[in-house]
This record gives sequence, structure tokens and C-alpha cells, in this order.
Amino acid sequence: MKRVYVNEEWCLGCHLCEYYCAFSNSGETNMVRALKDKAIYPRIQVEGDNNFSFAVSCRHCDEPLCVKGCISGALSVSGGVIRLDTEKCVGCYTCILSCPYGAITINADHGVQKCELCPAREGVPACVEGCPNRALVWEERQ
Amino acid sequence: MAIQYIYPEFEVVRNADRCIGCRVCERQCANEVHRFDPESGKMMADESKCVNCHRCVSLCPVRALKIVKSDHTFRPNFNWSGDAINQVYQQAGTGGVLLSSMGNPNPYPIYWDKLLINASQVTNPSIDPLREPMETKTFLGKKTPCIRRDGQGRLIPERSPRLELSTPILFSAMSYGSISYNAHASLARAAKALGIYYNTGEGGLHKDFYEYGPNTIVQVASGRFGVHKDYLNTGAAIEIKIGQGAKPGIGGHLPGAKIVEDVSKTRMIPQGTDAISPAPHHDIYSIEDLRQLVFSLKEAVNYEKPVIVKVAAVHNIAAIASGIARSGADIIAIDGFRGGTGAAPTRIRDNIGIPIELALASVDQRLREEGIRGNVSIVVGGSIRSSADVVKAVALGADAVYIGTAALLSLGCHLCRSCHAGKCNWGIATQRPDLVKRLNPEIGTQRLINLVHAWTHEIKEMMGGMGINSIEALRGNRLMLRGVGLNDRELSILGVKHAGE
Amino acid sequence: MLREGQVRIPSGCAVSGIFSKSREPICGSEIVRSIAVMHDRSNGLGGGFAGYGIYPEYHDYYAFHVFYDDSDAKQACEQFLERHFDVINLSKIPTKKVASIVDEPLIWRYFVAPLPHKLSDSQLNEKEYVARCVIRVNSQINGAYIFSSGKDMGVFKAVGFPEDVGEFYRLEEYQGYCWTAHGRYPTNTPGWWGGAHPFAMLDYSIVHNGEISSYDANRRYVEMFGYRCNLLTDTEVITYIFDYLIRKQGLTLQEAAQVVAAPFWDTIRRKPPEEQERLTYLRDIFSSLLITGPFSILLGFEGGLMALNDRLKLRSMVAAEKGDRFYVASEECAIRVIEPQLDRIWAPKGGEPVIVRLNSGASL
Repeated sequence: MKRVYVNEEWCLGCHLCEYYCAFSNSGETNMVRALKDKAIYPRIQVEGDNNFSFAVSCRHCDEPLCVKGCISGALSVSGGVIRLDTEKCVGCYTCILSCPYGAITINADHGVQKCELCPAREGVPACVEGCPNRALVWEERQ
Repeated sequence: MAIQYIYPEFEVVRNADRCIGCRVCERQCANEVHRFDPESGKMMADESKCVNCHRCVSLCPVRALKIVKSDHTFRPNFNWSGDAINQVYQQAGTGGVLLSSMGNPNPYPIYWDKLLINASQVTNPSIDPLREPMETKTFLGKKTPCIRRDGQGRLIPERSPRLELSTPILFSAMSYGSISYNAHASLARAAKALGIYYNTGEGGLHKDFYEYGPNTIVQVASGRFGVHKDYLNTGAAIEIKIGQGAKPGIGGHLPGAKIVEDVSKTRMIPQGTDAISPAPHHDIYSIEDLRQLVFSLKEAVNYEKPVIVKVAAVHNIAAIASGIARSGADIIAIDGFRGGTGAAPTRIRDNIGIPIELALASVDQRLREEGIRGNVSIVVGGSIRSSADVVKAVALGADAVYIGTAALLSLGCHLCRSCHAGKCNWGIATQRPDLVKRLNPEIGTQRLINLVHAWTHEIKEMMGGMGINSIEALRGNRLMLRGVGLNDRELSILGVKHAGE
Repeated sequence: MLREGQVRIPSGCAVSGIFSKSREPICGSEIVRSIAVMHDRSNGLGGGFAGYGIYPEYHDYYAFHVFYDDSDAKQACEQFLERHFDVINLSKIPTKKVASIVDEPLIWRYFVAPLPHKLSDSQLNEKEYVARCVIRVNSQINGAYIFSSGKDMGVFKAVGFPEDVGEFYRLEEYQGYCWTAHGRYPTNTPGWWGGAHPFAMLDYSIVHNGEISSYDANRRYVEMFGYRCNLLTDTEVITYIFDYLIRKQGLTLQEAAQVVAAPFWDTIRRKPPEEQERLTYLRDIFSSLLITGPFSILLGFEGGLMALNDRLKLRSMVAAEKGDRFYVASEECAIRVIEPQLDRIWAPKGGEPVIVRLNSGASL
């Protein structure tokens, strides 16, 4: 299955992936309208400093601890992708505690959010497409 | 300084309706032009630091930025241009020699743009490169026939060392140090994939790139940086750099700030020292000395590699080239006055040397008049901007062209001409690790390959139009060119007729 | 209006050739009949012939055919010839008035041998000496033009349709073992006699149909070796190329053909390694002599004839055999008209030369 992989050697710490992520998940068609004068809640986060940085988002683990720990069945695996059903989420944050990557975060409404590989888009997730230096790639790896 | 003599050349225009405050401009500007003001929650800009490299413009996700030339003006004066006045202010303030980068930007004639290419109509069919073979393979080296046969009368097909190119384009000399590791990696990988060559420049060859030796031209310049036996033997050809188009008469300059650890190892000089190549080669004060260096280098590589002699196009270029053609060199590289550089004194860059088109035309003609055109191949550089320039250069008589600036542009360079500052926002002309990594060689390689592929396609289209299906039949084929808006003297030097004739 | 030599003129054409391997004499009228069939491929602005074995009584002497604009040119040229050659015989070339052939220059023929002391002083071999003298006359003596300079062969050409040119020169009175013919279709010239084809240098003569796109690359290269392309025609430069490759460089005809109509690199790559090396050598070392664009060439030389098409075969050319005779022409009809019953007829492939020679021991 294709996943988002990080080549930290090429990450510039420009944080553009965060903005493209936020835009992609905003439901808006215009980036300015989606993000202007708003706090953004991206599902990918750039860690590090100017010398060394990398972006972190859900790894879509084969044996996901978050899914195991979810008390309400809001998290599930579908075709390798870990999905979140916000209708079922009760906001207990167990998943946030159990994710070893810190890839699940709190959204604007105090619920949880995570990368679902841009289900609204066809193909390449927005963060990968917006990365100026191929530090994020969308590929199949063994 | 209390008095600011020089008003910034550019203005950063930010569309406040669009800016989403992502701060990518701020993070990506090594010149620190952009700044987020927490109090107003707005992005601010200090345009005095802007070099107009477009890094921020290119990365802004909402296209909220543009850079415009300031309309601030001096009282209009045809003689004392704004640039001329500002340069006086600058020198009065610093007492220093002005430095610049890349090629001569001044409005001298561009002869490429005054030459037009022929096409077949009726009397001769054009050839369709999509349906018929169209050949661009080029060999560089001596082509002096000396037919020898064995006992059975069969030809002995022995040729002197040469370079084989899939298309008549090479990446010109740009040293490791002046450009980054990743820029070199991109050039090396692209050269290999394309079946052409890149050139180390005078900064030696990084150990990591020895594997690209078969596609590498190793340069020997007056500073002899990084020159040793393995280096010479690793390359496919050796280039003796006498001069370069951007700064004829002086040697290479690399500021100490760019001599970081790896560069220092490769160049075999201490870290942080300025690398200033001597103006001449101190073992070449005359043409006979050049012959000796050519042969010492050939000796060092067992006569297995061709030797290129690179010179800047200067007034007496035809005679110089004739001397080189008799020196034992296999290839002459001529660099025109528009040729780029990582750092050159502004006055030299902007006032010395001659256009490559005229230099090429007179060299090719002179060598033919002397019957020695076959002794050497001719490679020209110094502003080959498109495939049309390549076609025109070959038709004037070049065997192949060197491209430097065009290659850098494909890597992202925006010709801000600030290489000497060492803060290239595109990761090309810098050694700062955080900037170097902005050029991912995987992307760079692909873009270089794309560029050369695209040009080769266009060259083939133009050749087909002329009814020529092999590049050698275009070489020196000046009847395929016509001049427009040129005077008789220019036409006679170029050896072409005026359009309509 | 500029004449040939002052401007480059593209032209289409017809070619035809006949060759007897056993040196049977072929009457000049045969080749005239052949080329006449292809009347529509010419436009009356140039026609010509080359005959080999036509001067048996003078076969050891160079036969110079010369056009003079006026008697001053003749005088200057003859002075030059006398300084450099022993002139055995000189005469006007016999012609017949033909209504359509007008404005003829003075047309003279000289049988000459180089003056021995001049030749030895020059330190050149005999052919090079003769070639240089011819080039000198043609480029330096205004109004004089040596258009044929081989031994036991001669070129006859004029402005007009080729069949009229044949009649004008009374070709029915000549017999030779090889004839080539040319009808010309230049596109924008009043026509000049010197510009008609064949073009000849020593015993090499070329008739050619086509317009080569490599012209200036070829011209500028061969001019390095003492040739002067005064006419700016394809035929002239092609003749010099063959002269250079065969006479000066010592290539075989086959090798010379592999230079001018070199196989594509893709074709070379599919050959056995040794052949690859040989072809690459020829293509690389003589790269400036590759001829591109359409051409069909008949190269006549002492004792043989070569027919060659460009490597894409952009011009028509068919070859045929009947007994000891070899025929080649732009169109099949030009062969059938003189020999309806052929043993074999074929279209030679682009870039593959057809070479015929006299059988060993063949004599008149």
C-alpha cells in the first residue's frame, strides 16, 4: 500500500505541508478563504529546527495501538488506512496517549483528528503534492 | 549609516487580502527580508535586503507575493544611469572593487537573436523527426584523417581519444565550492543519464562523484586546486582553463566563506581561506608553454584522454585558437563575454571580452583557412539560452555547446546574480547546509534531463526542417543562417548573408 | 541577375548512365535517347553528358574542355596552359547549330601533358598538379572555365534540354564504354553553360539529382584542401569530395560511399564489432563529408561507374542489367527506351552504392 514517507534529509522545515493539509481538510476550494486569519489544525506536523526537521503524520501502522485502544470503535482500519469516525468519537484521547508518533492531535472542536490520506482527493495527498523538495513522498515500500 | 545613499532596487509587494500568514517566505529567505510582526499579526518586509531571487514568490502557496522594480528614480539622465550613480555611492562608501555574479547583463548586441534559421520548401524535402531517424550523436576530438591499412588492405580504425555525446550539449565548468554538493550531484547524475558530460570546474572532484568519472571533464586551472593523478585519471577528458568569459584575464575567485570542510578537502586547501586562482597559469607565459602542459597532462593519463583548452573570447581569439589548435589540444572551448560566474569584479564582467557568436565565427573560419579545423573540435559557451542558440552555434561552426546558466536555471536559479554572497536561497551557489539541502538532487537531475531532452527534440525539429538528418551536416553549414539587422561588417565576420539574399 | 557561382541555385534533375563492362563501344546517341525520355524532369536550363573511352587516340593526355566568354579569356588561358603543359593538340569542339541552343561561348578542347620540369618543380604528383592548374584557371582567369580535365574522357554540356545539347555537340560521332547524362531543372536562373552538369575533376565526373542540405558544411570542409567551389553547386562539391576521399585519402569507392551516405548510428550498432569500428571510424573522421538531403549520384571514373542514393532514398533511381551492359537512371522508362528486354532491374537501396567496373582485360 502507498503511504506518505518522510525523507528528512530533504525537509526544509518550511511547514508548507501543514498548510496544504489544513486546506485539503477544510472542505474549501480556495486556500485563502480556508486559511486566512484562522488558526490551523494540520494533521501533519513539522518537528525540528532549521538544520534538521521532518514532518510527522499518521504512519497507518499494520498493528495500530490507537485502534486497539479506542474505546468507542471510532478508529478502524479500512484497506490499510486508519480512519476516524467522528460520530463515534467520545473524545477520551486514549488514541493520543497511545500513538507512539504523536500523530493524533486535537482539532478545533476539541475532538481528535488524524491523517486519513486525504480521502477527498484523488491520488496523492495534499502534503506530498505541496512539498517543494520531495521530502514527503507517496510510495509503496516493503 | 545615517545617510542611506542607495534606495532599494526592488519592492516586495504583498497582497494582504491573500496572505495567510504561513510564514514560508520568512523561513525561506536567507537574506532575512520577511518578518512576522506579532503585534499586528502581519508579515513585514525589509526590501533593502531583497536580491530578487523569487524563492519566497515561488513558495508562497497563495501567490500573495511579487517583487517589482522600484520606480524610485534619480533625475533622468541618459549618461548617468541609476546604476552608474549607485555604483559610485557604493564604492565611495566601501573603497572596494565591485563584485557581481553570473553573466554580463548589459545591453550589448545579442547576435543569436539576429540570426535566422532556414527550412526546406519544395525543392528539397524537410524530414520528419517523428518518423525518420534524426541523429545528434557527436564526437569531440581530433579529426585528422590518416588512412592506414593492414596487410590485407583493411582500414585500421584507430582514433585519437575523444568524447562521445548523445547530443551536442555539455554542462560547463562550475566548481564544487562555487556551487553546492547537491548541484554537482545533479549535474553528474544528469550527465550520466543523458550520455553527455559535466565539468568539475577548478575546484577538484568530490570523492563521492568519482563514480561519474566516465561523464566528467576534470579541469586544471591556474590555481591547480584538487589536481592529482587520480583526479586526472578519473575524468573522461581534461580541460585546461586559461580563462572564462565572465572574467577574461583573471583567475577564479572563491570567498573563504564558501571553503567549508568538504570543499577544503576536495580543493586541497585550508578551510576558510579565500581561493584566489592566479590570473595566468604561471607555467604558461606563451603558446609553447601551453603545448608542454598539454603534453604533460597527456603523459599523466597515458595519452588516453582528450585535452580541452578553454579560453575566454577576446579580441585576438582567432589567432589564439589557431595556436591552440597546433598545441596538441584535442578540443578548444571558447567562452563568450556573457558567460556566467560565481563571482567576478563587475567592471571586468561587464566590459571585457567579445560576443561568442563573433568569436566562434572567426575562429572556425580562421582554422579552415589554415586547413587545421580538423585538428580540434570547438565547444562554445557564454550564453547559449535555447535550442535555437545551439542550432545557430553548430551552423556557425561549433561541434558542441557548453551550457552553464541554462543548467543552473533548470535547477531553480533565478538569476539574481548574488552568488558571491554565498546565501543562495535555491541551494545552488551556497555551502550553508540548511540552504544546500534545498536542492534535492533527485529533482535537480530530473529537471536537467528534461531540459536537455527538450532541447534535443527541438534541435531535431529544426534540423528536420532544414532537411538535415545528422548534426554533422549542420556543423559549419552557414548557408542555413541569415542575418537580420546586421551591417556588412558583422555579416562578413559571421560569414552569413542577410535575410532576403 | 546573378549567375551561377554568384548565387546558390537549387535544382531538380534527371540522370541516366550506361556502362559496358566488356568495353563494347556505345554510341553517344544511345545516352541521348535515354535522357530525352525524361524531358519533363528538365526545364531547358541545362543538359550535359560525360563519355569515357571517347579519345582512344589521345588516351595518355589530359583532355581539357574549356568555355571562354571571349577571346581575351582564351588568350589568357592559353598562355597559362602553355606555361604549365605541353599542348599536343587544340581545336574547337565540333558543334552543330540547334535552334534552341543559343548564346554559346567559345568552346575549345586541348590535349595536354604537364611540362616535366614544371611538374617536378612543383613537388606534386601528376594528378594533383593538373587539378591545381584547373582550379587556378577556373578561379583566377575571368571568363575561362575548364569543365572537363580527365584522360580519355570528356564532358559536353550546355544550357538547353539534354537532347538538344546532345545534338549540338554531335554526340552521335563519339563512342565510349561509359556514358552519363544529366537534364537540369534549376529553379531561378537564366542558366550558365558552366553551371550545367556533369561536373568533372580529372577523370571523376558527377551527375546528380537532388539538393543537398549539407552543402555549406561540405563546401567549407573541402575548401580546406585547396578546392574552390566557384559554382556553388552540389555537383561541384560532391565531385571534390570524391576526389578528396579517393584520390587524396586513398579510400576505396565503397568506403567513400560509406562516408558520404554513412549508415545511421542505429544501423552501425547492429553490425559485428569490427565492422562497427570501421564504420564509426569513417563516419567520425570524415564527419564533415556526410551528405544529407536528397541525392542520386552517378560518379563516372576511369574504368568504372558508381551509382549512389542518399541514405533515406529521397530521390528516385533504378538500375538494370542486360548482358555486359549496366544501366542506371532516374526513371525506368529511360532504361527501357534503349533496352526493352532487361535481365534484371532493381531499385538500389538508399546509401548502398552500386559499383560497376570494366572486366579485367577488357579493351577496345
